[in-house]
Order: sequence, then structure tokens, then C-alpha cells
Amino acid sequence: MPYWACVAGIAMISCERRVNTAPAHFGYGRPATQQEIAAKAIAIRPDGKGLPAGSGTVQHGAVVYATKCAACHGVTGVEGPFNILVAPDTADAIPFDRAPQRVKAIGNYWPYATTVFDYVRRAMPFNAPGSLSDNEVYSVTAYLLYANKLIDSTAVMNAKTLPGIVMPARKYYVTDNRKGGDGPYE
Amino acid sequence: MSQKMTRRRLLLGGAATAAVAMVKSSFGKMVQTGIPEAAIDPTKQVGPLPGILGTRSPFEHPQRKASLTSSQTPLQDLYGIITPSDLHFERHHAGVPAIDPHTYELTIHGMVDRPTVFTLADLKRFPSVSRICFIECSGNFRKPDKETITPQDICGLTSQSEWTGVMLSTIFREVGVDPRATWFLAEGSDAAVMTRSIPVSKGWDDAMIVYAQNGEAIRPQQGYPARLLLPGWEGNTSIKWLRRIELSDGPFMTREETSKYTEPVKDGKIRQFSFTMDARSIITYPAYPVQLQKGWVEIRGIAWSGRGKITGVEISTNAGKTWQAARLQEPVMDKAHTCFRYLWQWDGDTTEIMSRATDETGYTQPSLKELIAARGIGTGYHLNPVTAWLVKRGGEVVYRPEKWK
Ligand code: HEC
Repeated sequence: MPYWACVAGIAMISCERRVNTAPAHFGYGRPATQQEIAAKAIAIRPDGKGLPAGSGTVQHGAVVYATKCAACHGVTGVEGPFNILVAPDTADAIPFDRAPQRVKAIGNYWPYATTVFDYVRRAMPFNAPGSLSDNEVYSVTAYLLYANKLIDSTAVMNAKTLPGIVMPARKYYVTDNRKGGDGPYE
Repeated sequence: MSQKMTRRRLLLGGAATAAVAMVKSSFGKMVQTGIPEAAIDPTKQVGPLPGILGTRSPFEHPQRKASLTSSQTPLQDLYGIITPSDLHFERHHAGVPAIDPHTYELTIHGMVDRPTVFTLADLKRFPSVSRICFIECSGNFRKPDKETITPQDICGLTSQSEWTGVMLSTIFREVGVDPRATWFLAEGSDAAVMTRSIPVSKGWDDAMIVYAQNGEAIRPQQGYPARLLLPGWEGNTSIKWLRRIELSDGPFMTREETSKYTEPVKDGKIRQFSFTMDARSIITYPAYPVQLQKGWVEIRGIAWSGRGKITGVEISTNAGKTWQAARLQEPVMDKAHTCFRYLWQWDGDTTEIMSRATDETGYTQPSLKELIAARGIGTGYHLNPVTAWLVKRGGEVVYRPEKWK
């Protein structure tokens, strides 16, 4: 419609067309119920939020490990064929930035023990992910922490104890500082 | 034999059959038949009739190189800036899941006013946006240990597509993200139930949930039916097969942001949340295994940066002694592969050719030496060094091996 027609008040309806603004809310989708969220929200935070009820022991974990993990990660967690899971931190170890060959594993590289629970429960065993009970996950987590010399053989792992474990690698973690630009390379 | 078959035979002229095409049989079903590899004189015989799907020329065989954990894009075989969808690199941690788009759901919850479940149809109803950008794996590097490797071997874990979907900011407004939320968890529905923690600011900035790639539905290998897309950030964060987003006030410290996708840096430190891909470039022609002839050569390649646009690419044809500006081919886009070219007259002597990119922050692509000096020999991930090709007297072009020290 020509501008003059609009100004002259001809065909007022067309003149009311506004710039296309998006509504604050489209109203698409459906509300998620508390139950379905609880069933899906499996992620564990480093403070332990999200950890389920239940518990596990090193002894039980050793059995779970031998039957469900050892074939891929080795009898003691260092033999492979897949990822090495055991590498205790040692005071005299050469720092990673100077030791390209140094093995990175739970004991010397993982900053939070909660990550072991979260990852094993969602993704392991590789050939049957999501098949372990929460108690089995607590137990095999306890076993791996014990093998990495982070807890002793009598420790019980549950929603309270797991987040409290101090991981030696935690103090080495820094957040990315690269910003681009023409400063020194980071 | 039916009349149709006879007719088809006639059309194909009994030429050698190599590639596969779809042709309607006498039963009305689609059957595979060959298209002639090369007619002796294509003007003297009618070719195959229109079909329901196109095919590559039987003379073209671009292929990804696949290992157990990834497959790499054949950068040296591509033209322009779009990676054909079936050549987009793959990296996944527990295979490609088969997801029914009709039962697909995305749940968004946590620090939001309205926890919501969206179907794929819901996602498609939102205002849709398309953009072109690269996705690159932060492990896109190979130690320069031997001469006989191609651009695909060196950095084939980067690819570029036009992606279509909804801005994550639109979805954030829809569910009412709590202003105190600082991070969100993105979770995939593959057998790794892949998770990454992402700063909410990226969600408000340019993150998308995409369902289409290069004009069609995303390929299963790229996250069908919907994935997160974080332009310019390491590929692992663009969670494929996206099933859940949880808004939170801190990162979750998942395995892929602690045990993996972190890099040792100076003083025994471990660098985490290294999201952005730094500027990089590579000459894709001439490169191994090209055999060069004396005279004019157009050096070609791609450059990209996760921090914005490429502002320049420099070429050295004398092993880094001097550098000249290459021409950038439009379009030059934000966080996108950009083509460059440079005319060079090769005199037949042994030399090294290389490219280095600069982005709009003023960052210039470093050498491997500079990267190792800044981070240490034990570093990994986010390695974007200048790549040099050695041109030998006979015209042989090979990768120039370099000491890792
Ligand atoms: C069929 C072989 C297989 C079995 C059985 C298996 N895993 Fe794994 N595991 C793998 C593979 C492969 C990876 C690497 C996956 C990746 O990188 O995405 C892995 C990775 C891991 C990691 C992470 C390692 C790292 O360095 O980041 C842990 C922890 C782990 N597995 C624990 C377990 C436990 C506990 C069990 C038994 C309940 C188990 N795995 C059973 C194959 C297996």
C-alpha cells in the first residue's frame, strides 16, 4: 500500500501492522512433571547434589570390578586394553606439562570424586551402559578410589562421604585464560 | 525381459556400470542400476533419466578416514566452504544412536520458571535461524612425525555446515531462565549419555539448538534429530542427540571437562573449560600427495577462528623467512572456514610453503615451537600450529616433520 494512502487514513487495518516483535512467551512445549525430571536428572554435582540413596564398599566394589570392568581395564586397572584407571599421585612425580608420557588417571588427574560416580553410572560398563545398580556404582567407585590410594579399605561411599574426598589433582586446575589478541601465547 | 528393461538397456547403451543410481523397474519399484562410467562419446547416447536421488560422479571418491573413535573430513578434496554433510567429521564416544524423531523429547529444567518438555515439532515451531559456522574437535592435531600425511590426517576434525534451528536464547526466554543461573548442563542420548557444562552467557550469546544441516535434517552422525550448536567452541561442547538441559549455579565437573578436554599447561597446571578454538589455517593445495610442476601455482587453503572473523592470511614460500598477504575469498564470516588463495611462481627449487591466519582480535596463528614454549611439552588439545609443506626439487610435496620439543 502506498505511503500516501496510509497517511490519508485509507485502509486503516493495513496501517496497524506493526514491526514484527517476538512475544515474551510462545507457549510451546508442555510442562515437565517433577517425577519425570527426577527420573531424567542423573547428573551429579561436585558438592554431591544429585547423588542417590544407597552406599558401597571397597570389598563389594572389587567383586563388581573383577566381573564387569577388568576385561577392558585390566585386573588391577593398569593393564588395559582400554583406559588406565589407576595412577596414584606421588610427591616426586614430574608435572604433566613436562611429562608427555605420564599416565593421567583418577588418582593423579581427576579433580572430583563425584565425577567417577557420575561417569560410571551413565557410561560404563562400555558394553552395557546404565546397567549397574546405584549400590554397585557406589561400590566400584569406592574400589577405584581405594586402588588410587585416595581412601582406605574400610571406607564406605555414599551421598555424604563421596563429595568429601580430597582429590590431589584439584589444586592444579585453572580456568582457561586465553583471550585471543596479540599478547603472549597462552 | 520386459519392454522397460529393454528400453533401459538401450538408454544405457550397455556401457560399463560402476556407480549406483536408482531407476524405476517395470514393477514400479525402485531398483539400483548403474550409470555409465564414461561413454565413449556422450553426445551419441542418451544418459540415465531423472532419478529420485542424485549421485556423485563415478570419477569422484571423496572419503572420510575412519578410526575407532573418529572420522576425518578430506579437506584436500573440497571446494569452497561447505563440507558435504556425508563428509562432515565424526567424533563420538559410544557410537551413533538411532532416535525416532516422533518420540524425541528435550527436557529443560533446573533454575527455570517453567520446566518444559519440547518435542521436535515444538522446536521447529519457534522462529528459525540459519547460520554457517565450523565445528572443530579440540583434539584436531597430529604430531608431525612423518612426511606422508595429508591435510585430512593433520586437521580433518573440522568441518563446516549451514545449520538451521532455534536460538537457545529464545528457548531460555520461553522457560524463564533464573537470572542467578550461571551454567547449564547439556546431555545427549547416546550410549555415553555425553554431558558438558556450559556458561549460561554462551546460551544468551549465539548458541542454538539445530535440527537441520545443509538444507536437510541433521545426519544421525551429527546429532539427529537435534543437537546443541556452540559456534566457535570445541566440538565436544556442541552436544549431539540433545535430550536434556539443566540450568544450575555452577559447573557439574563431568568426565569430559576434567579427565578429557583439559590440557596440562605451565607450572604443573591443568587448564579447564578451554572452550574457544583459536585461529588456524592450513594449505590444502599443494599438499601431500600432490606432484607439483614448475611455474605458476595457486596456493589454496582454509582459515578459521572461534573468536570471530578471519582478517588476514599470510603465506610464506621460503620456509617462513618472509610473508605475503593471501587473498580472502568472500564470504568471510564470523567463526567460519574462510578460503584463501595466493599465486606463486615455483622455480623448481626445494622450499617450504606455509600459511598463518590472523583473526579480528589481532591473534596470529603460532608455530608449534611457540605453543610448546607457552604451555610445555606435556600439553595437549587446542593445538593450532602453522603447518608447513616441504616442496622437493622433483615436485614432490610432503608434510614437513617437526620435532616435538
Ligand atoms: C567393553 C569394554 C569396557 C568395559 C567392560 C568397561 N569399560 Fe570403562 N571404558 C571403556 C572405554 C572404551 C572407555 C573410554 C571411553 C571414552 O573415551 O569415551 C572407558 C572409560 C572408562 C573410564 C574413564 C577413564 C578416563 O581416563 O577418563 C572409567 C572411570 C571407566 N571406564 C570405568 C569402568 C568401570 C568402573 C567399569 C565396570 C563397571 C568399566 N569401565 C567397564 C571400556 C570398557
